[in-house]
Amino acid sequence: MNVNIWLYLIAAALTIYAIRAVPMTLLRKELKSPFLRSFLYYVPYVTLSVMTFPAILSATGNVRSAAAGFIAAIALAFFDGNLFRVACGACIAVYIVEMIL
Amino acid sequence: MTLTRSEWYFRGLKAGIPIGLGYFAVSFALGITAKQAGMSVLQCGVMSATMMASAGQFAVINMIATDGGIALTVLSTLIINLRYLLMSTALSQKIMNNTSILHRLGSAMFITDEMFGVAATTEGKVSPFLMYGMASASEPGWVIGTMLGAAVGAILPVRIVNALSVALYGMFMAVVIPPAHKNAHLYPIIIVSMLLSTIMTYLPLFSGISSGMRIILLTVIISAAAALIWPAGEEA
Repeated sequence: MNVNIWLYLIAAALTIYAIRAVPMTLLRKELKSPFLRSFLYYVPYVTLSVMTFPAILSATGNVRSAAAGFIAAIALAFFDGNLFRVACGACIAVYIVEMIL
Repeated sequence: MTLTRSEWYFRGLKAGIPIGLGYFAVSFALGITAKQAGMSVLQCGVMSATMMASAGQFAVINMIATDGGIALTVLSTLIINLRYLLMSTALSQKIMNNTSILHRLGSAMFITDEMFGVAATTEGKVSPFLMYGMASASEPGWVIGTMLGAAVGAILPVRIVNALSVALYGMFMAVVIPPAHKNAHLYPIIIVSMLLSTIMTYLPLFSGISSGMRIILLTVIISAAAALIWPAGEEA
């Protein structure tokens, strides 16, 4: 079983690295198309938004504490872009709401 | 902007510290799950150091727990992590033009949602040393968190684990929202992304689609639509 687990880990690690490395090494020239360039500019904003919602609602013990974390994150990110403070604020909001409930 | 390599590296270190703390919190849960699947603390550390992918690693652990087979592991890893293909494509354009193959291969290792998010939303071109700096500060958090989760995770109160599990989502919001102050197109894009993601998650018609696939489909469709409507992109 032990050897088996290592095989799984090697296979998965190589697969993930290949996905990350192939475009970075093959696309060495700057893309000219304005469409492609703006498409790639929008990618991070769309991906991170799609990943956050609604997944965040099922991340904690219940929907209400998760919603509090989400709202806290949005509000903090709006006024303060610091990654750590926003992340902490979201965690604290979840903790407080779970204590009240 | 012309920064030296060490200036880029330190800039990355600074940006990487909060990411590392967030990683530390979230990877705890990963370690707890991995332990339950029969993995050793060492295997947890190696997994996190070589993969740096939360959803992707949960899928791998699931495959190990059910002994799903290597072929299926590669296939599911490919699908769940396919968004990194898009991120790598975007980063290939964002990284300085004169970056060597070696540094492209090196920085590709650290394309995670968070590090990509920071690099891609930085103004102008970025150096691979920004990625190295971020990775130096954040990867230890991910690796140590996973190992600690596997070693002692079960003793942590549920309420704390619950609270910690929103840390990365909070970070995602801190990456996407501030640039929207400068580029007004981003607000509608963020809102539409969340709306369509909700619809695809809960509408029975789409319920057969895995979360990894949903992320890719929506990223391609919404980014393409946005690029058609507001082709100015970064210059807007």
